[in-house]
Amino acid sequence: MAVPGTPAIKISRLTKSFNHRPALRGIDLEVARGESAVIFGPNGAGKTTLLKILATVMKATSGDISIEGFDLKKNADEIRRRIGVVSHHSFLYESLTARENLEFYARLQDIADPAGRAREVAAMVGMTARLDDRVGTFSRGMQQRISIARALLHQPSVLLMDEPETGLDQHAISMLWSLLAEGGHTILLTTHSLERGLELADKVIILDRGKIVLEKPGREIDLNSCKQAYLELTGDRP
Amino acid sequence: MNSSLSKTLAIMRKDIIAELRTREVIVSVLVFALLVIVIFNFAFGADRTTMEAVAPGVLWVAFAFAGVLALNRTFIPEKDNGCLEGILSCPVSREAIYLGKMLAAFLFMLAVEAVTLPVFALLFNLPVLSPPIIITTILATIGFVAVGTLFSALAVNTRAREMILPLLFLPVAVPVIISAVKASTLALAGQGWGDILSWLQIIVAFDAIFLVVSYLIFNFIIEE
Repeated sequence: MAVPGTPAIKISRLTKSFNHRPALRGIDLEVARGESAVIFGPNGAGKTTLLKILATVMKATSGDISIEGFDLKKNADEIRRRIGVVSHHSFLYESLTARENLEFYARLQDIADPAGRAREVAAMVGMTARLDDRVGTFSRGMQQRISIARALLHQPSVLLMDEPETGLDQHAISMLWSLLAEGGHTILLTTHSLERGLELADKVIILDRGKIVLEKPGREIDLNSCKQAYLELTGDRP
Repeated sequence: MNSSLSKTLAIMRKDIIAELRTREVIVSVLVFALLVIVIFNFAFGADRTTMEAVAPGVLWVAFAFAGVLALNRTFIPEKDNGCLEGILSCPVSREAIYLGKMLAAFLFMLAVEAVTLPVFALLFNLPVLSPPIIITTILATIGFVAVGTLFSALAVNTRAREMILPLLFLPVAVPVIISAVKASTLALAGQGWGDILSWLQIIVAFDAIFLVVSYLIFNFIIEE
């Protein structure tokens, strides 16, 4: 059970350096339960590093993180049961079929009926007909759909998504955005598409050179002001 | 079934399915091992005394270098498409990942050895399909893959991983290779179990030490 009364994601004074080069410089952030926080930022801003640390696959240099009240340093496995991760990489084995990939990850997530759940999530992303094809024969977009299905296998309450629309066609992006909007998950998502991001955002964050330079409720910022702020704060065109 | 055990088996099963489909490891390793014994067979000619003297060394050179080739591939599929990150973001103990990968590598090596030994017996006309040599082979392979899986995980993040693995792995595996050669030499010379056992004990001790050490430190190797 999640610890009640705590934010879904709480990050305090988070830093990360690679060979003394800072990638994250004192990140403080809270995301409430059921909230969608969208992070924008230029390449190298630290978006992927932040999500990798939250996904428990990279260690922070310093700082504290809790997800649904669980401290990442002490209860990483509890956090792993609650997060679904979509990254630039598909996390899929190309020599295995989509079904084999999904069932493999379902077993790692302790799902009682891996075969049944694999069918369910494949249907959610419209890939039922290709379940028995090898992932290596899929287009990037199809791989991304299976990757999204993989992230939803264990019905996570928190979704960490690093540019999840990568490779998806317009139809698939719309499907993904509906899934995210209706799913009731807490979402922390990075994207380069301001338009798409703002559609989903309860909270807008701009990250630049490892620091949060803007954090605003989504309702207080429209596309034009977001573009303007992005340009002013990062010196980069969105 | 215990959750950690079922995850270990899931990782092993996944590696076996992938290998049965691509046959990347088994075919290349088997061809290499067979080439080594064929070349040595021609090099040493048909003199039985010479054959008996060099055979254990030839056999273990073939297994050791074929093992390096196989172990080099152990973690490469996990780097493709970021699969290792996918596994690490699941509630799986790092020890279960190690054991799953190690068990799969062990089965691949056993499959290669199961084909190589009869061919070796045929070419060298020596009784290598005897219980002492089969037991030596199985025990030494456990030690091989216990150390090799650990170093494979370490090497996969380096640029020159094909070079790094043998440089790290072979010096550490020397005790098990020497013990296996000695046990095989005694077995081929028709010595009793009493003499062979002392070398087998060294191999078992090596297996136990490196299984425990690798199991315990894998966590530090795999994180970043």
